[in-house]
Amino acid sequence: MSATAVNLSGVSKKFGELWANRNVSLDIQSGSIHAIVGENGAGKSTLIKMIYGLFMPTSGSISIREKVVHFTNPRQAIHEGIGMVHQHFMLIPELTVTENITLGDERGPLFASLKKKDASLKIQSIAENHGLVVNSDALVSELSVGEEQRVEILKLLYRDADILILDEPTAVLTPSETEQLFKTLHSLQKEGKTIILITHKLDEVLSVSDRVSVMRKGKIVATASTASVTKSDLANLMVGRNVLLRIKNPPEKPGETILKVSHVSLTDMKGHRKLDNLSFDVRAGEIYGIAGVEGNGQRELLALLWGMVAPQNVTNGSVTLDGISLKGKNSAEIASSGVSHIPEDRLKYAVIPTFSVSENIIFGRHREKKFLSFPGFDATAVKNYTKHMVDQYNVRCNLQKNPALASLSGGNQQKIVLAREIDRPDLKLLVLAQPTRGVDIGAIEMIHKKIIETRDKGVAILLISAELDEIISLSSRIGCLYNGSIRHEFSTEEIRKGRSSEQDFEKEIGMFIT
Amino acid sequence: MRNSFLKPAIPLLAVAAALLISALLILTTGRDPLMIYNKMFSMTFGSDYGTGQIVFRTTSLMLTGLAVAIPFKVKLFNIGGEGQVLAGALAAAVVGIMLPPQTPPLIAISLCSLSAMIAGSSVGLLAGWLKARFGVNEVISTIMLNFIVQAFVGYLLTWHLAVPSTVHTPEIIQPAQIPMFDSIIGIWRKSPANISTLLALAACLVCWIMVFKTTTGYEMRAVGLKPEAAGYAGINTNAHIMKAMAAGGAMAGLASTNLVLGYKHFYEAGLTSGIGFIGIAVALLAFAHPLWLIASALLFGFLEYGGLTVNAYVPKDIFMMVQAVTILMILVLTKTLKQVA
Repeated sequence: MSATAVNLSGVSKKFGELWANRNVSLDIQSGSIHAIVGENGAGKSTLIKMIYGLFMPTSGSISIREKVVHFTNPRQAIHEGIGMVHQHFMLIPELTVTENITLGDERGPLFASLKKKDASLKIQSIAENHGLVVNSDALVSELSVGEEQRVEILKLLYRDADILILDEPTAVLTPSETEQLFKTLHSLQKEGKTIILITHKLDEVLSVSDRVSVMRKGKIVATASTASVTKSDLANLMVGRNVLLRIKNPPEKPGETILKVSHVSLTDMKGHRKLDNLSFDVRAGEIYGIAGVEGNGQRELLALLWGMVAPQNVTNGSVTLDGISLKGKNSAEIASSGVSHIPEDRLKYAVIPTFSVSENIIFGRHREKKFLSFPGFDATAVKNYTKHMVDQYNVRCNLQKNPALASLSGGNQQKIVLAREIDRPDLKLLVLAQPTRGVDIGAIEMIHKKIIETRDKGVAILLISAELDEIISLSSRIGCLYNGSIRHEFSTEEIRKGRSSEQDFEKEIGMFIT
Repeated sequence: MRNSFLKPAIPLLAVAAALLISALLILTTGRDPLMIYNKMFSMTFGSDYGTGQIVFRTTSLMLTGLAVAIPFKVKLFNIGGEGQVLAGALAAAVVGIMLPPQTPPLIAISLCSLSAMIAGSSVGLLAGWLKARFGVNEVISTIMLNFIVQAFVGYLLTWHLAVPSTVHTPEIIQPAQIPMFDSIIGIWRKSPANISTLLALAACLVCWIMVFKTTTGYEMRAVGLKPEAAGYAGINTNAHIMKAMAAGGAMAGLASTNLVLGYKHFYEAGLTSGIGFIGIAVALLAFAHPLWLIASALLFGFLEYGGLTVNAYVPKDIFMMVQAVTILMILVLTKTLKQVA
């Protein structure tokens, strides 16, 4: 096609004893949309951080537009026309859109007055050209996540970047925002910009990119034109073995109602209504999936089910477990009545990263008698239990050393959380929020299997996930959560039918959640 | 990997650097640092009396060190050791004076130390409560409480408790006095070292068990490392904040047994002379580990008394500077190590 925008030749990066990237060679053509896919820890982030000047390669060379460069900091990369949208946005909420975009690029001597008018006009014209609609005078704190991302992209375009790196850009977007983003990317491509897209969502790779590179264990295992590969090709390349993208899901045998949420309304501290007359129930032996875009009440629902909502905020309705109201109960009490929670932000809520594997495997269950003996823990019991769980869930770690949990991969961390929560004595209800977020494809397969297994033991499962394919492949019934209430519920039969034409079914669900 | 090798080396490096800097400081006063160190050593560990003095000081510092170390496990910085030890000292003295003189020693000593612990603990608990209830930063509240306790104790002493025309209270009853090592086994002659030391060592051991072996300690550490996760796991974070501050205060209060019951046998103005603050240094040097803290307290006990012994040659202020430099070195080394790793 055309010239090379970015060329890596034999690039390696070593952290301590670990090779994060090893002998990576890659050509990214000018004016193309190039996707880089790979599991967590495959080295995608390290690779782009080297292109962006955040890391320096241990060996090998990087050239930008056929000129060898040695960036020691991002400032030099920006100077070469490289821009990056980080997964976590780098915006200052208290400043306006224009102020955020011009920050660090004020173009004037010290103490000169800021030319906000000019900047604002320039921003508006860029925005209109590429469908990046955003009010440039609004405060960033007032924007939606999708709008914030547009501001990040505008920030790069304002600086005339022509190589754009986007790190997991769709993780936080609604389906329609994602579609809008892809339109923008195509429009930028027409203008000759080069776009590097880091992602793990294979469907998106297939729909938006021209070329795709797959990374595994720090190396590029394949680079191909997107038109020539299929989803399962990519998945197999990422994992290095054949994986099942769709788990076997035998018919469920639902029992009596375990969790009943009826007509719950909830307002937050600021008086915004977060749950609005929400009703649904989950029966023993079934998985109730809640589909929805983040921010439609999922967080509040989780807090409510875990006794972490101030009673005065619940304005209406009731939540019962096995017929007993959860009102006024705290999380410890709810847990001891047979409920397990797996929160979405694992590292923040479910584990203590610096604690060891065994300390984490009893975390939250550490008051169970079987782990205790005077004056504190029964070290042997804890050790045996850890070994048992680690074996059963195939967690890869060196138990002899009992390492800190943080040293394990995301998938193995999640397996530990899952093991602990599923194995809770007398489990009746399992609440799962984004159970496979940040988890490798290989581990997802195993986690899904365990969820189905738990269901078949007669546990009621509430599954809250932003990944529609996960919801579709696991759920017995699906509730579409929108603005704090269930807008539509799909029955078991509808889901069975839907699984045979998944693309259409996803679109159908999509209609109810946006 | 490298981190685990380097971490234990930090305190040693810090101490070495501090000794080097103090040598330079001694040089500026025109003295030979080697001579000074030599003298300092022979008059401390080199002599029976000197060793006793160090043991005595180490005992107080172990306890004020614990006062900082326990809250530190919940990521709270207790600057209030000084006020807590003061409150404890006064309580121990007052109870010791008021008890009937025939009280059996075991009961008298227990009652006095218990009241000292309760007094110190209440001051700590107040800061913990302010934090849990209103979110008041414990650094600020404990500093303010230091002022309050200092003024209040000063007032009580001057207006109500002091023996006329002195700055100390009457003596506590004889059975409440903790015997010296000298009088029991005849070591460390004439030095103030008393069997409170055993109490302090036991306290370190109990705290170590509490922090690392019990559910309470497990929950405390969880709260310190990740309060959100602890809350999610059904742990009452506020209760642990208050518990840790109360336990810390109790340890500081207990330090007063060494001073009041073991040494002076009354409370006098200036008795605590900053041991609450040095406790912060002791805890930091030991990374708040209840057992390593013993070694760290010993070092500071040595520096404190060692500085006094060579006061005739070099100002003892130099050794106060050494103590502060040691702490700064620890903080700097810990940060750099994190960046390297």
